[in-house]
Amino acid sequence: MGFRQTSVWHNVDWITIVLYLAILIVGWGCVYSAGYNFDNASIFDLDQRFGKQLIWIGICIITAMALLLIDSDFYQYFSYFIYATIILILIATIFLAEDVKGSRSWLTLGPLTVQPAEFAKFATALALATFMNSYNFKLFSLKNSLATGAIILLPMVLILLQKETGSALVFSAFLLVLYREGMSGMILYSGLLAVTIFILSIKFGGIMISDTTSFGEVSIVVLTLLSGIVMLWMYQPTKGKIRVLLLKIISFFTVVTFVLALTPLKISYAFPGYICIFICAIILLYYALLDKIHDFALIGLLMAGSIAFMFSVNYLFYNVLQPHQRIRIEVLLGLKEDLNGAGYNVNQSKIAIGSGGITGKGFLNGTQTKLKYVPEQDTDFIFCTVGEEKGFIGVSIVLGLYLVLLLRLIALAERQRYSFGRIYGYSVVSILFFHITVNVGMVIGLLPVIGIPLPLLSYGGSSLWAFTILLFIFLSIDAQTKPSY
Amino acid sequence: MRPNELINRRTVFQTAVVLVFIILLAQLFYLQVLRNDYKKYADSNAFLNRTIYPSRGMIYDRTGKLLVYNRPAYDIIIIMNEIEPFDTLDFCNTIHITKQQFINRIIEIKDRRKNPGYSSYTQQILYTQVSAEEYGILQEKLYKFPGFYVQSRTIREYGDSIGAHFLGDIGEVNKRDIENDNYYVSGDYSGRSGIEKSYEEVLRGEKGVEIMLRDAHGRLKGRYENGIHDKEARAGKNLHLSIDSELQRYGELLMKNKTGSIVAIDPETGGILCLVSSPTYNPNLLIGRLRGKNHVELSKDPKKPLFNRALMAQYPPGSTFKPAQSLVFLQEGAITPSTSFYCWGKGGHPACHAHASPISLIPALATSCNVFPYFALRIVFGNKTKYPTIQDAMDSWRDYMVSMGFGYTLGVDLPGEKRGLIPNSRFYDKIYGTNGWKYNTIYSISIGQGEVNLTPIQIANLAAQISNRGWYYPPHIVKEVEQGQLDSIYTHKRHTLIDSKYYDAIIQGMHGAVNEGTCRGAQIDSINVCGKTGTAQNRGEDHSIFMGFAPMEKARIAISVYVENGGFGARWAVPIGGLMMEKYLKGKIPENRKWVEDKMINGTVKVYGL
Ligand SMILES: [Zn+2]
Repeated sequence: MGFRQTSVWHNVDWITIVLYLAILIVGWGCVYSAGYNFDNASIFDLDQRFGKQLIWIGICIITAMALLLIDSDFYQYFSYFIYATIILILIATIFLAEDVKGSRSWLTLGPLTVQPAEFAKFATALALATFMNSYNFKLFSLKNSLATGAIILLPMVLILLQKETGSALVFSAFLLVLYREGMSGMILYSGLLAVTIFILSIKFGGIMISDTTSFGEVSIVVLTLLSGIVMLWMYQPTKGKIRVLLLKIISFFTVVTFVLALTPLKISYAFPGYICIFICAIILLYYALLDKIHDFALIGLLMAGSIAFMFSVNYLFYNVLQPHQRIRIEVLLGLKEDLNGAGYNVNQSKIAIGSGGITGKGFLNGTQTKLKYVPEQDTDFIFCTVGEEKGFIGVSIVLGLYLVLLLRLIALAERQRYSFGRIYGYSVVSILFFHITVNVGMVIGLLPVIGIPLPLLSYGGSSLWAFTILLFIFLSIDAQTKPSY
Repeated sequence: MRPNELINRRTVFQTAVVLVFIILLAQLFYLQVLRNDYKKYADSNAFLNRTIYPSRGMIYDRTGKLLVYNRPAYDIIIIMNEIEPFDTLDFCNTIHITKQQFINRIIEIKDRRKNPGYSSYTQQILYTQVSAEEYGILQEKLYKFPGFYVQSRTIREYGDSIGAHFLGDIGEVNKRDIENDNYYVSGDYSGRSGIEKSYEEVLRGEKGVEIMLRDAHGRLKGRYENGIHDKEARAGKNLHLSIDSELQRYGELLMKNKTGSIVAIDPETGGILCLVSSPTYNPNLLIGRLRGKNHVELSKDPKKPLFNRALMAQYPPGSTFKPAQSLVFLQEGAITPSTSFYCWGKGGHPACHAHASPISLIPALATSCNVFPYFALRIVFGNKTKYPTIQDAMDSWRDYMVSMGFGYTLGVDLPGEKRGLIPNSRFYDKIYGTNGWKYNTIYSISIGQGEVNLTPIQIANLAAQISNRGWYYPPHIVKEVEQGQLDSIYTHKRHTLIDSKYYDAIIQGMHGAVNEGTCRGAQIDSINVCGKTGTAQNRGEDHSIFMGFAPMEKARIAISVYVENGGFGARWAVPIGGLMMEKYLKGKIPENRKWVEDKMINGTVKVYGL
């Protein structure tokens, strides 16, 4: 372990630190407001949550300074050790943690309770960066990609076992890092396509455009064919011959579909589309083998897979999911209005934010949050306090701070000399981005209720501390890179 | 993988981040700026507007005696979505209902057809008017019943149990009341009859409101901004009646087991001294939780106790109409006080009875001759120079009668007053055709029979205006509104179309009727009483009628008594009228008249058909 020789205070990125401190201050104000009681109010009561949060902020600033002083090589040397330690703690947590509202993720250490899952994020990022930075690492070799997957999946599975679904999902943010490092965009696109097909088939599967055809089916067929053609264009711009062939096949089946619509046959109008997609997939696989172009195979599999996925979603949704899980999804997709059950929280949080208007009700004047209509209002739903009391102007400023922070971190990551720094930097960006999107999306009713905190704003020592460590390790690495920039 | 693709990915990454933030902001813009209903939802979540009910104005009689006052009562309120499982049996026992009644009531509340404003988030009235004892016990246990609240209210108490018809009652407002007046919400009370109804807006006061903060569990967290937005309740105004409660009680006693009414008016002010309608009922039957049941029973009673005969019954006035007629004869110059007519007694139409003949106006009134008004009205109608057609004569006569307060409502400050009937030419044209009738067709109006109908209060008002020699104030029951004003129609004198000089003869005739004529039973020691009997033919026994005032020189009381199927006026109505005037003027009935009093109180008059 070595300490830096050059003045870290000269090299560290002050823009990020200012943004970090600004978000911390806003967050403390929100926690103070969320905990404020109309009846009794004393500002610096350390027993209250805003008092505890103040202590945590102090700890975080000290931690941040310590991290900046540590030589950045330290992180690289000890990354596997840190990762292994966290994995062991995660395993221990499954057995040692007490059940808190169905989750077994909190460890009690004397006066503290910490959530190890929060710390697994920076540990995984360090391990991933170190591994991918290693000599002759190639993402496309099977061995390397399996190992990369394992580094990400191991903590994810352990956290799932702690029944912390939200925290586990955060690890899918590493896919974004892999994309930046060269993973095929098609994998990300497949994920996006899967989510879209899922929503289309659940939400529009029941909306019929004829006796036998649902709007969901037709839209999925069209989407799949469009995806196939566009991908062919993007990945193989020189192979125009096959594209023309597929376009002819698609045109033929389009005509067939319209003819079918004119006959009294009781067949789904999407049926010719299925056959069409099947034939296209066969042709693509044939040429993939013939010309040794594995992009063709991927596109063919994606098209066939989309349709298979659609059928399995329907099966899964109606035959495998528990009723309460189904309701959660239906409420989210706006198929059900369930204001007392699953939809209550989101509805109250939308009321809180919506009632804030443009300028908000003023600091400490939010009735929705003060009177406890919004659940978890100082942790997962902290954004409501901003929305209700500071209005659209307030949320724009907070989101603006986050956006500038993310763009700044991308710029920092891109200027790293070694891929270790870049990969770690992108991990920080991806994790923060995932947290912000999912948390705000949930609070404003765009995404399902997945309980993860809003970085640096939500109440909670573990999360605040873990985000500080995550961020300042990167700033520490960056400070050393800077002179040669 | 081409080398520049990795650099491209940085741009893709940045674009994706910016795009996602734009989507988030767009949704926030939609929620916070475009939609404006969330503010309302937030307010209805957080603010509980607690109504503070004002105390209803009290009612006193003319001597300052308290007739109607308030007694505390409690309503049980529920908010359905706040209810958690609780001990139903314990709850039901506390307020003395059965579990089944409770279940039925809940079903009733949730039924949107019966309760259109139902919402599980708002206050619903479970039971009204729970007694103070029940409230005391319930209050202790209320913490065990989340979602249940108690709201204090007042209910009416009618201290003397008299005057049910004019005091009226209050009851829960119905759908139409709520639509017509946005002061009311479901579960409020308003006057349903009597003074309670006609003075509703004066008595009810103004509701106040207390804005409380309520948390997600329904717990109240104190007043919103220390109550600066609250509104205090303003108590209703007190009313002082012109009613003499002793006289009222006495009148109700005298009318026991008889059907009819007594109306007494102070001629000087138009204030109603008593308004008896018999049969009557105890006004305290129509308060509290039993109101509904008792109201149904009373409305089914064939004797119609809810019917306020004093204002709503329209009877032929019989001979009490003769003084009004005589005034028209004098005003029209058809007769002078010395004009005499020959009376044919029993032998002609209309039939009369034995008395000296020929007869002039004053003795004709005293003996209630039927032939005299027959001839006199024929002269009025026969004046072809003044009235070329019978229609002209008829309508002129009608105008005289209307000026005396007949044919239209007097504007009494009580609901339900009827107008009676004074026929005009169109009325007879319709029945007989334009040329199909002449004086002999309609002569029975001359003696207060035929088509003429008056209400008892119109007859009492006739007595009052005769004693005043040609003017009256519209009869009214409220003498004074505390910190308020009486309607101006009660302070504007109305004059009849008769010159005041013509009244002396009429008053002498009515004095004669009491002194030596048909209503000697109304004599009072050392007071000059004026009166007129009436006997109105109808199915069954005749109605017994009296109209009078006293003292003759300056009347302090004018009265009408109507006893249905009581036979001759002298039999029931005259002695009752005499006793009432004596009671009012002297305060008590002398020993030598006690036997009359006993006879009246204990007498029973059977009503035709019952
Ligand atoms: Zn005669």
